[in-house]
Amino acid sequence: MGTQTIEDLLKTPLHGLHMELGAKMVPFAGYDMPVQYKLGVLGEHLHTRAKAGLFDVSHMGQAVLVGPDHETTARALETLVAADLVSLERGAMRYTQLLNPQGGIIDDLMVTRPADAEDEGKLLLVVNAACKHGDYDYMNANLPKNVSLEVRDDLALLALQGPSAVDILANWCPEAADLVFMTGKPTFFDDIPCHVSRSGYTGEDGCEISVPAGKAEAMARTLLDHDEVEPIGLGARDSLRLEAGLCLYGHDIDETTTPVEAALTWSVGKRRREEGGFPGAGKILAQIADGAPRKRVGIRPEGKGPAREGTEIHDADGNVIGAVTSGGFGPTANAPVAMGYVAKDFAKVGTPLSLMVRGKPRAAEVATMPFIEKRYRK
Amino acid sequence: MSTVKFTEDHEWVLVEGDVATIGITNYAQEQLGDVVFVELPEVGREVAKGDEAAVVESVKAASEVYAPITGEIVEINGALDETPAKVNEDAQGAGWFVKMKLSDTSELEELMDEAAYNTFTAGLD
Repeated sequence: MGTQTIEDLLKTPLHGLHMELGAKMVPFAGYDMPVQYKLGVLGEHLHTRAKAGLFDVSHMGQAVLVGPDHETTARALETLVAADLVSLERGAMRYTQLLNPQGGIIDDLMVTRPADAEDEGKLLLVVNAACKHGDYDYMNANLPKNVSLEVRDDLALLALQGPSAVDILANWCPEAADLVFMTGKPTFFDDIPCHVSRSGYTGEDGCEISVPAGKAEAMARTLLDHDEVEPIGLGARDSLRLEAGLCLYGHDIDETTTPVEAALTWSVGKRRREEGGFPGAGKILAQIADGAPRKRVGIRPEGKGPAREGTEIHDADGNVIGAVTSGGFGPTANAPVAMGYVAKDFAKVGTPLSLMVRGKPRAAEVATMPFIEKRYRK
Repeated sequence: MSTVKFTEDHEWVLVEGDVATIGITNYAQEQLGDVVFVELPEVGREVAKGDEAAVVESVKAASEVYAPITGEIVEINGALDETPAKVNEDAQGAGWFVKMKLSDTSELEELMDEAAYNTFTAGLD
């Protein structure tokens, strides 16, 4: 985005509200987005883990696949991803990745089968902002004639995350309290029609709310009026997802990493492992059977200094065995946390690593992720 | 008699005799956000003006701090190891980084006084 001027940046429906709240704005994926508000990254991170944080994630791509029936639509998308989507129940949500023919990840996305019978044949998609146009082109080029992609630029997306999030949301949207993790349904927030799912990108309980763009600001203002809700920017969104061990596209996963290397094998459906039929299936299934040459792992550097993205990882003898793909200070872990790729022999939890931080070796260890206790409501 | 000088890299230099106390300015800490770690040089190290003397880590990013003057590191602020947040709370006081013994006092003449620094930062936003 280096050549883009401020004037070229897109704005979400909440842009005016961000400015009013005193947000510090940065360019992100072509949008002018809040990186932090008055609490600051650390305060916003801790507030989200303690109470509830409101995130504007309207820059993400929302789209609907429309086909004649669930199985047809699910099978159409299954030609591009490795998740089992045919088996999705109504109202269930699944995490998966669009794959290229080499088994690399074009994008990661959430797929929801609508809860209502009248939406039979549809799948709701949420994709990354920076990838959305490429994703849409890829899907349009590969979908059968009877399944079409409808881009929903008319919708905003809010996330309310944290231990109090669902109780708070239920004041205006009581049905939110009935949802379990990774399910969603169409409902109302007062009189605003919306789609609520119990999901998020923080490791906390919470919801993501898809709402008509013109109603998003009213909803956000109502939520922010609650004592326990603070607006949270992209800075804390990143530190929260890192502590939760969740991948950031373009950093921890990209077109050169397979789901197996990325430690996302759990998202490859059992039936899909037997049947194949997704891009890069040969490579991915061979890696599941025989192991991948490298693996994404959690890393805990010793001491207090963070190891940032790009930090080389060495073994005890000084050989380069990988690199950090995300790293920073975990405010809840109260310690530096990181993730990165290491050669397969070094992926076991507890393996000592050496991180080359500003030319000097720093002791570290392969660690279990998440770095915090997840509090999803199963 | 003490004087405070400032650099365009947002450091302050408090000179008392031939020893200078150095830190980052309040403007710098506001820009960085919450400081979570400060890497300080070893006592006894000789640094030249412009050398990397310290690194400040916020939640989001690492920023180098360059030596504003030439000299020897004679003391570091060990309290920052346990409470790096002092840099945010009191950047131009308890959040100091290092003390240096000056090699060349004429270098101080190239630095800004407080009024000049305030004019400089006012032009940045």
